[in-house]
Amino acid sequence: MSYEAVIGIETHVELRTRSKMFCGCSAEFGAEPNTHTCPVCLGLPGSLPVPNEQAIDWIIAIGLALNSTIAPRSVFHRKNYFYADMPKNYQISQFDIPVCSNGRLAVEVDGEQALIGVTRVHMEEDTGKSTHVGGDGRIQSADYTLLDFNRAGVPLVEIVSEPDLRSPAQARAYVQELREIVATLDVSDVKLEEGSMRFDANISLRPEGIEEFGVKVEIKNMNSFRSLERALSFEIDRQQRVLDQGGRVVLETRHWDEAAGVTHSMRSKEESSDYRYFTEPDLVPIEISDEWRERIRSELPELPAQRRARYVEMGVDPLTAATVVGGGLGEIFEVAVSTGGSARTVSNWLVGEVTAYLRRESTSIGETPLTGEGLAELAHLVESGDLSGSAAKPVLEGVLSGEGSPREVAVARDLLVMKDTGALEAVVDEILAGHPDEATRLREGDMKVLGYLMGMVMRATGGKADPKLANEMLRDRA
Amino acid sequence: MVEPPDLTIRAAAEALRAGTITSSGLLDAVLDQASRTEAELHSYLTIDREGATAAAEAADIAFSRGEDRGLLQGIPVAVKDNMVTNGVETTAGSQVLSGYVPPYDATAVARLRTAGAVIVGKANLDEFAMGSSTENSAYGPTRNPWNTDRVPGGSSGGAAASVAAGSALASLGSDTGGSIRQPASLCGVVGMKPTYGLVSRYGLIAFASSLDQIGPIARTVDDAVTVLEAIAGHDPLDATSYRGQLPEFRAGIGRGVDGMRVGVVRELSGEGIDADVLAAFEKTLERLRGAGAKVVDASLPSTSYALSCYYLIAPAECSANLARFDGVRYGNRVDGDTVEEMMGRTRRSGFGPEVTRRVLLGTYALSAGYYDAFYGQAQRVRTLVSRDFASAYEHVDVLVSPTSPTTAFELGARTQDPLSMYMSDVCTIPTNLSGDPSISVPVGLDGEGLPIGFQVMAPALGEPVLFQAAAEIERLSDFEPLRAAEAGA
Repeated sequence: MSYEAVIGIETHVELRTRSKMFCGCSAEFGAEPNTHTCPVCLGLPGSLPVPNEQAIDWIIAIGLALNSTIAPRSVFHRKNYFYADMPKNYQISQFDIPVCSNGRLAVEVDGEQALIGVTRVHMEEDTGKSTHVGGDGRIQSADYTLLDFNRAGVPLVEIVSEPDLRSPAQARAYVQELREIVATLDVSDVKLEEGSMRFDANISLRPEGIEEFGVKVEIKNMNSFRSLERALSFEIDRQQRVLDQGGRVVLETRHWDEAAGVTHSMRSKEESSDYRYFTEPDLVPIEISDEWRERIRSELPELPAQRRARYVEMGVDPLTAATVVGGGLGEIFEVAVSTGGSARTVSNWLVGEVTAYLRRESTSIGETPLTGEGLAELAHLVESGDLSGSAAKPVLEGVLSGEGSPREVAVARDLLVMKDTGALEAVVDEILAGHPDEATRLREGDMKVLGYLMGMVMRATGGKADPKLANEMLRDRA
Repeated sequence: MVEPPDLTIRAAAEALRAGTITSSGLLDAVLDQASRTEAELHSYLTIDREGATAAAEAADIAFSRGEDRGLLQGIPVAVKDNMVTNGVETTAGSQVLSGYVPPYDATAVARLRTAGAVIVGKANLDEFAMGSSTENSAYGPTRNPWNTDRVPGGSSGGAAASVAAGSALASLGSDTGGSIRQPASLCGVVGMKPTYGLVSRYGLIAFASSLDQIGPIARTVDDAVTVLEAIAGHDPLDATSYRGQLPEFRAGIGRGVDGMRVGVVRELSGEGIDADVLAAFEKTLERLRGAGAKVVDASLPSTSYALSCYYLIAPAECSANLARFDGVRYGNRVDGDTVEEMMGRTRRSGFGPEVTRRVLLGTYALSAGYYDAFYGQAQRVRTLVSRDFASAYEHVDVLVSPTSPTTAFELGARTQDPLSMYMSDVCTIPTNLSGDPSISVPVGLDGEGLPIGFQVMAPALGEPVLFQAAAEIERLSDFEPLRAAEAGA
């Protein structure tokens, strides 16, 4: 039977506020364990939470960027469960009135656009971090567990999608787009490897054409976009096999094993906890006035989708525009174009040579000497004919590896086009003299031989001959 | 002559400034009194002799330099042991926190220190402030200084007893369902619960966050105001703390009650109240009438549900508030083979029966499928109670009732019957639900010589009128406080 996958994704984003959600401790990643702690984030007796207003500003920004409705009055709840790395044994979170609800996000896969509902975006606090020592690194087999509460209380935004996603590729596109938006808002580091962006997926299958949802499975522990896509594909295959054999999918949470490329059952949902949510009595509701919301809206930067559309209008093809924006190359592109570089040329270099270099060297554009002005200068060199299109590539590499400005690199590497007519004439004459038969045929109007002779000229000049000039000279002097 | 432990804050402050006593001398007198009575009364869990001595010496130096931080400078006070004190063991009366030394001061405690007060020690209480007799303390009960066969009330029993017995001039209590007012009533002292949010809860070990409020226990209304003035005010560390301008607490004191509309809460002033308590209550009403007050009938119809409502909301909040006592980061730990086992054993051995009962009640009331019938319903009733108060205050300036249906009962009399214990708070719980201020003022003794309290309630931020009425009730009463020399006899 043919099935349709139904996928929903919960994304957690740690905000990069200076201080934690409910106390003044630093929220920075990577400090010595338990150095960023205080009575509040350790849950010491008597301590009380006070909300971080910056975090509220930022979740409103995320909500607005996702076209959500911002609640004028939003409420914090306690989510109760016992876990050693959760200091109060309840997490301050939100329940029935999140800050943002009813959002939507457009994603595109292979040119096909889909509008994905974003059910809610809510504010909560992160837990501490457990390190299980001994055994296979999981709690069941560990000798002991170390607790680090630096992360406890770091502001965490949970973004819950509707079950609107229909394929692993679409799911990946959705989280990538989310990441780009959050990165553009500059409210999180969105580093998957440091856990500042994490996601869980819910997936079920249903027979093609049937409205009713199948039994869903939650997948955890996917640490990259690729593992999300792989885990979902694995799960689709697994569930399909179960269904095809007449079995039933079990409502459960499954753990993605990256190395083995499979999901394992973690726990059945039937035995999952009852979180006993109730209004957090230590906090008052967040009242978000129209003025507050509109101030945040007016401060929103240009979002990735808007920026891509603008680049396409500037003549960049859609896929290239997406790569420029998604690859964090928008700023350099903008500078290059505003200083006179052609949008098409510059964007092609950025997604081609520049991206390849960055990937090879595992670096980011900001860490290289390449600037927008430099790109514009390179574009001018090519457009003015001082540099051949093919010579732009080694020049770019030279600039990226710190050899100087494009002109300096072109000169140093002797890549500039020969503009000296006398010198070129000498080369042309020499070639014509050395190939009398071809010269004769050319004189008689046999243009097929021109390409051959041009090749000779280029070889003799190491590719620097001005092609137009060389072409004219061959015909004139043959 | 008034012995130093019998002084009011006002009188002690005058003597300190007149140079007839020193803060160190006053502290010595209070500590002597404590060493004479504590073996019997057990109003303190910890006496911080060292810290108190240093604070008293600092106060004396300040006086000698002409530095004056106000009436509390150099005054020995007790602090209920559910408020954390930097460097001084704080247990909340629970085994689970035995030996726990906090690294910070509660805001109310810090403000007392800033005002120059001398913190004598940490007063006994029902474990985590859950109880009405101080018999639920894991460290043994406190006894009533008026009669040591009797309980001092609770949960701030130690805080009230220490003031009644002269081992502190005033104290800080906390009131979730009457835990300041009921023991003040049973110990013959003044106890006041401020408007919710007026005093920061930062550093108060939470029982039920939406109901808890720190307040003063003192010998006079005037002294209670002095303490409240020191501790009230916005605290950026408590998101529920009041941000507006504080009312002028003393504005009405001394103005009498002529023309004041006093509403007698019908539901709290008849059935179930002991005859002696009612008689003292009626006598006080008579005196108020005599002083020109318009004493009228008032009704809070929803208060019949208040007790049930309270016993859902308070346990629900406590079930979460007490979840942090798991043996992982601080306090006592009982080891186990797994983390869950360790947490379970720690909590089972660390919590007493009443705390366990309330945690279980609260967990149940919040559970899926029961939430709406219990916690949700209780929240709706709470709204009704608040509305009742609001409509009553359309017609009256203050509401009054007895503070406690009975005077101090015998130790052990109610420990086997939680419901009868819960009934001790029937008159005090409504203002915790509404968040309004209320105060208990001693007005007389029953046939057995035990004190009787009179409760005044006022609308939110109505402290000025509350103190105005309370001060006049105090002035009109012929109540004689216990003398330190007689305490614990």
